[in-house]
Amino acid sequence: MFTTILYAVLSMGGLGLLFSVLIALANKKLAVEEDPRITEIAELLPNANCGSCGYAGCANFAENLVGGKSQINNCSVCGNDAKETIARILGVDVQTGEHRVAVVFCQGGKSNATKKGDYRGVKTCLATTFVSGGERACNYGCIGYGDCVTACPFDAIHINDEGLATVDRKKCTGCGTCVSACPRGVIEMHPISHHVFVQCKNIDNPKVARSVCKHACIGCMICERAVQGVGFKVTNNLAKVDHVQYTKELVLPTDKCPTKAIVILGQADES
Amino acid sequence: MNLRTFKKGVRPSEFKEFTDGKSIEILPLPNEVFIPVQQHIGAPCKPVVEKGMDVKTGQIIATAGGFVSSLIHATISGKVKAIESFPHPLGGQGLMIQIVSDGKDEWIDTGEDNPKVRDWEKLSKDEIITAIQNAGIVGMGGAAFPLHVKLSPPKGKTIDTFILNGCECEPFLTADHRMMLEQTDDVVLGVRLIMKALGAEKAIIGIEANKPDAIEKITKAIVPFPNITVQPLKVKYPQGAEKMLIKAALDRNVPAGGLPMDVNVVVNNVGTAIAVTDAVMRKRPVIERVVTVTGKGIREPKNVLARIGTPFQNLIDFCGGLTEDAAKVLMGGPMMGVTQHTLAVPVIKATSGIVCLTFESVVEKTEYPCIQCGACIRVCPMDLMPTRLARFAQNCKWDEAEKFGIVNCIECGSCAFVCPSNIPLVQRIRIGKLKVNEIRRKQKTAEKVESI
Repeated sequence: MFTTILYAVLSMGGLGLLFSVLIALANKKLAVEEDPRITEIAELLPNANCGSCGYAGCANFAENLVGGKSQINNCSVCGNDAKETIARILGVDVQTGEHRVAVVFCQGGKSNATKKGDYRGVKTCLATTFVSGGERACNYGCIGYGDCVTACPFDAIHINDEGLATVDRKKCTGCGTCVSACPRGVIEMHPISHHVFVQCKNIDNPKVARSVCKHACIGCMICERAVQGVGFKVTNNLAKVDHVQYTKELVLPTDKCPTKAIVILGQADES
Repeated sequence: MNLRTFKKGVRPSEFKEFTDGKSIEILPLPNEVFIPVQQHIGAPCKPVVEKGMDVKTGQIIATAGGFVSSLIHATISGKVKAIESFPHPLGGQGLMIQIVSDGKDEWIDTGEDNPKVRDWEKLSKDEIITAIQNAGIVGMGGAAFPLHVKLSPPKGKTIDTFILNGCECEPFLTADHRMMLEQTDDVVLGVRLIMKALGAEKAIIGIEANKPDAIEKITKAIVPFPNITVQPLKVKYPQGAEKMLIKAALDRNVPAGGLPMDVNVVVNNVGTAIAVTDAVMRKRPVIERVVTVTGKGIREPKNVLARIGTPFQNLIDFCGGLTEDAAKVLMGGPMMGVTQHTLAVPVIKATSGIVCLTFESVVEKTEYPCIQCGACIRVCPMDLMPTRLARFAQNCKWDEAEKFGIVNCIECGSCAFVCPSNIPLVQRIRIGKLKVNEIRRKQKTAEKVESI
């Protein structure tokens, strides 16, 4: 009886020992040399795997960084500190650009935009493009079913009570996923220091634009005249802020805009 | 009767009794028309008229934007009021030419005296195709593919059979049915003209068995032509889809991603055949079409011959207006039609019907999870797996969707029709198709750039 147990224990123990030795040898022999910098960099990257750098996730991007196939600036999500640290690890210089955030160019929420009908189909923005584009009459504005919300890997864009997409400028990392998710092209990326925007994309003639939305830009030129053409420019029935020329010292034509299409976004201390 | 059909498919209620016994009525001339420059598959047309110009009926107002494109003619005589963007029946806005009628309906001089008596047998193949091209004929069944392109197969492809599509498998619609009854001779002549243009040896006219009067009448009319046969088909949806019709009538399978010409067949609709007769024999371009205005939401359902560009409102007023409980207006049938948000949208070359539904038929159903019953797979005429494709599309798995053949979907809607969990399958698949095609296009351009 006792000897049977002894045999079993000994044989199993012996087998275990044999295999552990084999594994230990294999570990030495078949070891894959990995650049330690890859793990180091991967830890510094945001690890959100948003894909805006063009690679399959942050780990893959880190490999390509070390391999010299990509540049750290291709990651738009990374903070400036992290970028500098990564550049030091790689032994390269980096020019940290300004942080960019998404801006939604529409104010046509439930109470401002005219409703053209009831939409009862699949509740995604893309699906509405098959049947005349959702409930709102404007053909250029936010549809409000949140394709951008689903796309955002950072929980930085939401549909508010008005049914409009709004960006949390503090959370937004500037990866640009929402820009490509929006079928209307309402979202644009802008440096965080830009605060003044004409939040409209409607290029219809003033009569139509006004009939579809209370806050539509009607291209009336009041803003352009108020600043003598420096900073605001109206083309194709739509005013745009020229951020190259626009300075804070300009008298803001915000309150002069008859449809309140010009908006100041975010706090001044953000930048 | 020897009824043939394809595998799978569904049997929706027909609702054809509203209008199938009513002869085609001519709509009075509208005061103004809105003629979209994009009415067909392919490149949009370029307007050649300017604001303020006087135009006559039949005058070319927009020229083709490419080979796969079609001419557009003025459908009434009058003044061009605007060339602007107006609501388009296929969704969104589109550039349209607005013409205000002068009430005279003066025709442009075609330069030929009494063209009716011309002997078409002497015309060559190319002459017929040119006449078709000049008349701006597109597939009148709904897809609106330019006909002259369809009739000019690339080198190496021969067409042995022409199939005329008289199925009209969409519920409610009766426009083709009425045309077959009332313009039988034109239909048969159109078939012979298209056969000549294609060089096809034989023609088959496929008609669903729920139109016995049309089958009888056409059978009588084709007696002198032994190379044309009538094939009665089982009543099933989507019997009128090109690939299903070819399978049913000839037992040939169009390969996935292929065209009917790959199996030496061309399919056209009844309305197209009549348009061909008009174009060749009378030099009349496509300026009008038969539209079935029907549904419980309309007071007097009718088959109406309307000018292209007439706003839906005119047709609906002509049919006694909408009832109080009307809830939804569709362009096309209930299976594949497009919901409209305004009645200002115009009739286009592809408008086969205007279906007005009431509140009782447009109930919003709650969507439940998929129970894996496989009902959609059992009915999909293209042998796809709609439930899986829809799930891929919902979760943005575009690679997998492509692998499972999402681009082969013909968007017939049979899957969503049978789904016991009310899942909007075809709608999700359409989104997926759009995305997959977009990705494919991007890849192609990227490859082109790389090769340069």
